[in-house]
Amino acid sequence: MEQSSAIRLENVTKTFGPVVANKDICLDIRYGEILSLLGENGSGKTTLMNMLSGIYFPDAGKIYANGSEVSIRSPKDAFDLNIGMIHQHFKLVDIFTATENVVLGLSSDKKKDNLKAAAAKIREICDKYGFEVDPDQKVYNMSVSQKQTLEIVKVLYHGAEILILDEPTAVLTLQETRKLFSVLRNMKEAGKAIVIITHKLNEVLEISDRVSILRRGEYIGTVDTKDATELSLTEMMVGKKVSLDIERPIVEKKKPLLEIRNLSIKNDEGHNAINDVSFYIRGGEILGVAGIAGCGQKELCEAIAGLRKIEQGMMIHQGEDISTLTPKQILEKGISMSFIPEDRLGMGLAPSLSITDNMLLKTYAEGKSPFVDRKRGRAEAQKIISDLGVVTPSTETPVRRLSGGNVQKVLLGREIKSGPNVIITAYPVRGLDINSSYLIYDILNNQKKNDVGILFIGEDLDVMLSLCDKIMVLCHGKVMGIVNADNTSKEELGLMMTGAINLAEAKSTPDKTIGIAKDSYIKEETK
Amino acid sequence: MSKQTGTVKEPLLRIVKRGEMSALNGWIIRIIALIIAMIISALFMFSITKLNPIGIYGSMFAGAFGTTRRMWVTLRDAAILLCVALGLAPAFKMKFWNIGAEGQILVGGIATAACMLYLPESMPLWLMLIVMFLASVLSGAVWGLIPALFKAKWNTNETLFTLTMNYIAIQLTSFCVAKWENPFGSNTVGIINQNTRHGWLPELFNNGYILPIAMVLAVTVFMFFYLKSSKHGYEISIVGDSENTARYAGMNVKKIVLRTMLLSGAICGFAGFINVAGASHTISTSVGGGRGFTAIIVAWMAKFNAFVMIFFSLLLIFLEKGASQIASDYGLNNEASNIMKGIILFAVLASEFFINYRIIVRKK
Repeated sequence: MEQSSAIRLENVTKTFGPVVANKDICLDIRYGEILSLLGENGSGKTTLMNMLSGIYFPDAGKIYANGSEVSIRSPKDAFDLNIGMIHQHFKLVDIFTATENVVLGLSSDKKKDNLKAAAAKIREICDKYGFEVDPDQKVYNMSVSQKQTLEIVKVLYHGAEILILDEPTAVLTLQETRKLFSVLRNMKEAGKAIVIITHKLNEVLEISDRVSILRRGEYIGTVDTKDATELSLTEMMVGKKVSLDIERPIVEKKKPLLEIRNLSIKNDEGHNAINDVSFYIRGGEILGVAGIAGCGQKELCEAIAGLRKIEQGMMIHQGEDISTLTPKQILEKGISMSFIPEDRLGMGLAPSLSITDNMLLKTYAEGKSPFVDRKRGRAEAQKIISDLGVVTPSTETPVRRLSGGNVQKVLLGREIKSGPNVIITAYPVRGLDINSSYLIYDILNNQKKNDVGILFIGEDLDVMLSLCDKIMVLCHGKVMGIVNADNTSKEELGLMMTGAINLAEAKSTPDKTIGIAKDSYIKEETK
Repeated sequence: MSKQTGTVKEPLLRIVKRGEMSALNGWIIRIIALIIAMIISALFMFSITKLNPIGIYGSMFAGAFGTTRRMWVTLRDAAILLCVALGLAPAFKMKFWNIGAEGQILVGGIATAACMLYLPESMPLWLMLIVMFLASVLSGAVWGLIPALFKAKWNTNETLFTLTMNYIAIQLTSFCVAKWENPFGSNTVGIINQNTRHGWLPELFNNGYILPIAMVLAVTVFMFFYLKSSKHGYEISIVGDSENTARYAGMNVKKIVLRTMLLSGAICGFAGFINVAGASHTISTSVGGGRGFTAIIVAWMAKFNAFVMIFFSLLLIFLEKGASQIASDYGLNNEASNIMKGIILFAVLASEFFINYRIIVRKK
């Protein structure tokens, strides 16, 4: 049966200054179907959806809803057309309960529903589609996946027939993703039109009926999922054939470069962020760190770089305790950290300053001159721009104007330039397109071949399984296990991330604790 | 199914972000804004006073530049305002909200006046000036350093702290005025050393205005390169942009904050020195004259570019002089001219919006 069209876009175009974010996009969203919108970062997926939800207004093109032409001038228009958007960043009030958040923003005639009735209706929606939401739970007590569920329930409660989900799986574990997909299927059965924005190919193949592909703001085409493969989608997305294999060069094992013993760190709220963690990194090795957001990766990075006070434990670098050193001294030891937190530019780069200035961040103080050597910075910026293919108008462009991928290149490029012996890198490919991601993997592998020890904090388990030598899984600041990448599976890692399996506890014996090297620099008496 | 059917209507106005704009076009927009503002204020003045707007502008110009003396006074006052703005720039660039310039000027002024009153007449002028300079700069620096110390040590809010320091400085000034009262009972200090001109900034080329202006221009050049090219300036930009990044790069953020506030306070104290030794030759609670706050506008509008600050301090002083001139020429009260000043400032600020955004009107 041919499903009826919910929203149809015809030649929609949107520009921001000289940048064409969307050019002549045609899209057909149908009831009772899941459509994937696939494209690399910066290909214009979010811009397009923002036009449907009334945040931007298109410069040209037509939008049809249920067959008649409409204009969506504001989020209210979108609401009236029964379009519901679930953003990447949740729009919830933390101190309110689930019900209060759902009722929030309803027009006054609907507010007459009292909270009890609303809660009952929420339960009804949950039963219908298989959500798990406690209407009386406060948002600040919810996990990321619960918050996301609540966002979906909220738009359904408001009567949405067309749901747009912007990268919904980016924050979820494997198990949570499966749960989300099952409710999406239930909603599809109930006749809703669903659009899911993503750049993860396996998810596209798993969940959607049709895939529409964007590349650099242009509409490439729509294919039926059943006729597509990972390779064919990648080709459409990137525009050329790419190999999807990640290399893992074998490098001879060295002695541990950086050893962490019984480390405990508190987070900003004073709770334990990292709890009695031990591990080590050898030269020529990539140690992956997996865990859901907030499991303590951020605090761990900050502690190693000397930016966060450690409560207890030791950090030994080439036989020397670095736990009391200042960030600068740690830097001088050759430990480089490139940490990209959720807001991308928070640490490591100064967003309003030029690429040149950001190049100089760690070296500006060298030499006796009272002036900053911008000539050198400009040369370094030029080199990174050409070596790594950074897309930028000039070396003087503020970093915040660059797209996510280019920001990552600038950051990692600067770190490698300084010739470190330990690299701590967090989400180095977040937001990067496929080509750039592989470039980053190559850079890391080259460093590994040069006997650099790398701590790789990642989110894509597939990538970690093929890139890393070993993977450490954290859950609530505790080590759940350190496993060889060859010897584990996505499922096992996923279960460890949620704390369902604890290999560290199961495998530790009184004389061998997981995460402690036999050929350690640390002498027993120093313990 | 849908509640909205077939209403295809583009919004009447929509706001779209521009790409990068050339500096020249930016200035053209600013100048257009200035002209529009002058037309609006002309219409406004005409509608309420029925006065000829051209006459009003002529009178404003006469107030600021009408005679040689007025011109020099305007330039000197602009220089003092500029000096304060130069002091504020590093602090604000670092996102340290120093709204205590008023107090920093006052303590600099008190220190200067104290030197003029207490240092022996026999002292050579050059030595005297050096001592006065050091005293004023030092007191301004201390006034700036105190809030920074508390911020570094206990993370106190610098906005409230610097603001409160202003009131302390005002009370301190009142105390000094009472102590140094001359003649007795006047409740003012009067012109200090009026006959001996002891401790007054000397005249250059028979002109008392040149030295203060030249000194401020020297500070301007210094500040331009300090912020743009020096390592300190680099650190200030990083701390202002992202404190986390600064810490990550191994910078000692506390030290940078203290050092910058020391400098900021010192330059504001120096503005007090110029004002007392080079302009008013007296001390009163109005030595600051609100410049500590006006200078914030100057610094921000110029986006901390020291040379652009020259333009904005001149504009503001021109408006101030012009406003008081039309007030006296036409018997208007100060409010009318303040409204004009407000319209013009508003337009200049609003032009920044048009530099960053474009408004698209619905096509027919």
